[in-house]
Amino acid sequence: MGKLFAVVLTIITVVATAIFVMRVWWLPADISVHGPWIDHQLMETMLSSGILFVVSQLALALFVWKSGDRREGRKIKIFPGGAVPMVVLATVLVGAEILALTFVGSKVWASIYQTPPDPNSLAIDVQAEQFAFYFRYPGADGKFGGIHPELMNEASQNFFGLDPAHDTAARDDIVVPTLAIPVNRPVLLTLRAKDVNHAFYVPELRIQQDFVPGLVIPLHFTATQPGKYELVCTQLCGLGHYNMRAYVEVMPQEQFDQWLKQQAAQQ
Amino acid sequence: MHEAAVHPHAPPQGFLRTHVFSVDHKVIGKQYLDLALVAVCTGMVLSWLMRLHLAWPTAAIPGLDKLSPNGAAGGVITPEYYLSLMTMHGTIMVFFVLTTAPFAGFGNYFLPLQVGAEDMAFPRINMTSFWVTLVAFLVLISSFFVADGPALSGWTAYAPLSAVGKDAGPGQGLGQTLWAISIAIFCVAQLLGALNFIATTLDLRTKGMSLARMPFSTWAWFITAVIGLIAFAVLMPACILLILDRVAGTSFFIPSGLVISDRLQPHSGGSPLLWQHLFWFFGHPEVYIAILPGFGIISHILPVFARKPLLGPRAMIGCLIAIAFLSYTVWGHHMFLSGMNPFSATLFSVPTLIITIPATIVTLLWIGTIYGAKLRFTTPALFCLGFVSVFVSGGISGFFLAQPSIDTYLHGTYFVVGHFHFVMGVAAMFGIFAGTYFWFPKMFGRMMNETLGKWHFWLTFIGVYCVFMPMHYLGLAGNVRRYSAFTDDYLKPLIPLHRFITIAALFTGAAQLIFLFNLIRSRFRGPKAPDNPWEATTLEWATTSPPPFDNFGGKPPVVQRGPNEYGVAGAGGADYLMQAAPEPAPAR
Amino acid sequence: MTTVASPPRSPPPHLPPSAHRPTATGGPEPKPAETGVWVAIATISMSFAALTSAMVVRASGAPDWQHFRLPPILYVNTLVLIASSLTLASARRRITPASALDGLPRLYVTLGLGLLFVTGQVLAWRQLATQGLFLATSPSSAFFYVFTALHGLHVLGGLAGLLYVLRRLRRVVPVPMTALGAATLYWHFMDVLWLYLLVILIIRV
Ligand code: HEM
Ligand SMILES: [Cu+2]
Ligand SMILES: [Cu+2]
Repeated sequence: MGKLFAVVLTIITVVATAIFVMRVWWLPADISVHGPWIDHQLMETMLSSGILFVVSQLALALFVWKSGDRREGRKIKIFPGGAVPMVVLATVLVGAEILALTFVGSKVWASIYQTPPDPNSLAIDVQAEQFAFYFRYPGADGKFGGIHPELMNEASQNFFGLDPAHDTAARDDIVVPTLAIPVNRPVLLTLRAKDVNHAFYVPELRIQQDFVPGLVIPLHFTATQPGKYELVCTQLCGLGHYNMRAYVEVMPQEQFDQWLKQQAAQQ
Repeated sequence: MHEAAVHPHAPPQGFLRTHVFSVDHKVIGKQYLDLALVAVCTGMVLSWLMRLHLAWPTAAIPGLDKLSPNGAAGGVITPEYYLSLMTMHGTIMVFFVLTTAPFAGFGNYFLPLQVGAEDMAFPRINMTSFWVTLVAFLVLISSFFVADGPALSGWTAYAPLSAVGKDAGPGQGLGQTLWAISIAIFCVAQLLGALNFIATTLDLRTKGMSLARMPFSTWAWFITAVIGLIAFAVLMPACILLILDRVAGTSFFIPSGLVISDRLQPHSGGSPLLWQHLFWFFGHPEVYIAILPGFGIISHILPVFARKPLLGPRAMIGCLIAIAFLSYTVWGHHMFLSGMNPFSATLFSVPTLIITIPATIVTLLWIGTIYGAKLRFTTPALFCLGFVSVFVSGGISGFFLAQPSIDTYLHGTYFVVGHFHFVMGVAAMFGIFAGTYFWFPKMFGRMMNETLGKWHFWLTFIGVYCVFMPMHYLGLAGNVRRYSAFTDDYLKPLIPLHRFITIAALFTGAAQLIFLFNLIRSRFRGPKAPDNPWEATTLEWATTSPPPFDNFGGKPPVVQRGPNEYGVAGAGGADYLMQAAPEPAPAR
Repeated sequence: MTTVASPPRSPPPHLPPSAHRPTATGGPEPKPAETGVWVAIATISMSFAALTSAMVVRASGAPDWQHFRLPPILYVNTLVLIASSLTLASARRRITPASALDGLPRLYVTLGLGLLFVTGQVLAWRQLATQGLFLATSPSSAFFYVFTALHGLHVLGGLAGLLYVLRRLRRVVPVPMTALGAATLYWHFMDVLWLYLLVILIIRV
């Protein structure tokens, strides 16, 4: 029985690890400026904890294999050195490991979430609601109109609760259901939620952030590859949660300007 | 009868008092375990329904429309019903299985026995605690039968979705209110239980049972009780505030200016993050409430079958205490991306990573115990070995999620589902299985069938790896959790893997029927169990199987030594020394 | 049909376990009842600490936080509660293991004062209500009602405990001093808890 356990556990360990190593299922290619740091941090963790995983599982398998030995008069053996060296070793090894991870990781985190956005960022306002995202560009005046929740209405498509009748800044705001952004230009999103929590997740952009009602949360990033990507909601928001998505279209600056003009004309 | 009336420890008379409204900790322990069994079967069936729907979203499940004409018209699960099933699955599993079975169930039965007491310190409070738990369970289950279905906001019930009421869609009406009431009631029950555990451990230990001589499982239950005492004391007021937001029009968690279904909500100023903080201040310790008794059970059982003492008994207890302590400093790791101050993410990340140190030590101590052992491969021993393996697998993914920079990618994906199912779900279940196979002879005086037990182990062990390992791959590919169907372009290619998981889950689930059968059959047909079938040292094995009403027949044992005396020269050529046995005569 | 045998009335089937249990490794006689109350004190404190921090979070920067004057009757109630603690303490001093008779009148006074306190709290609610301050009016009033209601419930629990002890004091010899001690400890804690709540209500509301 001990040998069977050791064999099964070894097979499980090898197969599980092989699928990771062969990247049968893996992250989509990164398209953001900060993404490589995240991927690097992920790989570091994958490597160090992968070793820990394989070593512990195989040690377990090996000891179980050996301890099934039924020979007459075999004496039990105490682990060499007892518990103390083991405790010290675990503390030092894992301690060093987490120190290293924290040291680099917290810098990566800070560079994404704790740095002020580039002053030349393109500002886009994002409203999440059950079960859609809407994006607002400030228009020619570069200013966003004020938000009036009592004016929000699905039927009249006033998703942001704008009041163009009284608010000049709101008149040229462009509201669209697709997030178009220029490539290689910093983008600053302000995330608002109309009803409940939602989240902003674009796997290729390596970024995720909750929308919280009552808060306006800034989020900034720079995309490096033109293309069309999916933005999905990752915070449970109700029955349509699985279906809440939008497209992110990354395009060259000229094309973006063109696109914006078109949208402005259609408002 | 007359004699009984003067003896202070007369067993109670009559069916109701001996089996239903009993104050005997052993009966209450079994009641908790039976409740957990009902709950785990319910939760497992719910998970099958979910898995079926995820793999074949349009498949009709015969008979389901009878249970929910709205949620599953024609047997096809709607998206909202999927979320309700998921919420009920998570809630039932976390609260009514993983808290009741390893802690309240086994703890009630064996903590007094292991410390040599006749009962818990407050038998009536103990009984109340069980019945209140049952009420909480019934309230939760009743939400299956309300018009717009059970709550759908997940076991975490994030506000404002959980707080604003009907406008937020189906499942957010009465179902969600019942959810909050159920959990508040559950908290009361667990607080009463924890109070009993602590007072019993502190005050009712028999002569010679110093703290240092307490078995590891007793230590774990005691520490868990202390964690629960703090955790449930926070969740209960949080639930009360949530209920008030829902029914009394207050705004603790609901901010102003919310527009739901085109209606401006009549609330102002509340803070959704406040709920998250309160919930996770409870929620993270709760995962240790689920797993620490498992730690105790494994540390208790492993030496019995390894026939050698647990490596580093003091380090083990030190680690349990360290984990309990640290568990209160890490709740923010569930909220890295929640919109709280990003600076605090680093603050929460550090203690989270530090917790991996005692967790690693504990694992290494188990592995080191197996080194050079003379393992007896009984079913409980196999589940102990399985526990160590799945705990390692689940713990490893914690390294990823503990780092905000990586959580940025993995949060909200199946990676998290894989992580917590291994580390909390499967590991804790393995602890429960090990405990059941190990203690069944003591509780019912009969042995369980070993052949069936081994089949159960092998199918389950391989099964859970097939179910939960692939979830990590899904997560790496960015597969979002809490989705009732995968309609996004980038998720469609992952559906075959989902089908594999579903098939594996159904097989693993079917394997649990073996356990169920074994459990029921052995209760009536199993061979009679001796008092100490596994040759273990602790006090529960020093009495009859099952123990008499007052546990030790009026002769409380006097403890001579710690619980870790395996691989020593015992009486009559045995290789162990029982805690209460007199010093053996020196070998001639 | 089976008839359910009623449990023997006296002596009760479950004597306090400490009466006959072997104790742990010497040391003072363990008193589970008192330990239990200390544990209860810990968990109740934790609950109110959680509510306090919820209040601090909710109050910070909330435009809808409405300050109001606490109903003056609260101060009278405070005096009543303190008085009840004093009478309880003095009752306890008069009770010996041999007889509880001397302390009984003061215990009744304590019970009466406790009830008076709860009544006073209800009156305080009515005063607030006449000012138009209800549970949902403002977060400040919401917290006021939640704090006072939860504390009131715990006081009622304490009253029930005192009643239970009183019944046993009159019937059982030797007098169950541990139970009395535990109930007293709990009651004093209700006092301290209320003073704490009053202070934070004065500061915040
Ligand atoms: C029979 C084996 C099990 C299977 C196949 C299973 C499957 C699932 C699935 C498919 C989900 C939903 C994932 C999603 O849509 O995001 C889920 C969620 C969950 N499960 Fe399990 N599960 C099993 C056992 C357990 C156990 C033993 C526990 C105890 C910890 C547990 C706790 C949870 C929790 C807490 C959630 C999260 C619910 C939520 O998102 O609110 N499960 N499970
Ligand atoms: Cu969503
Ligand atoms: Cu946690």
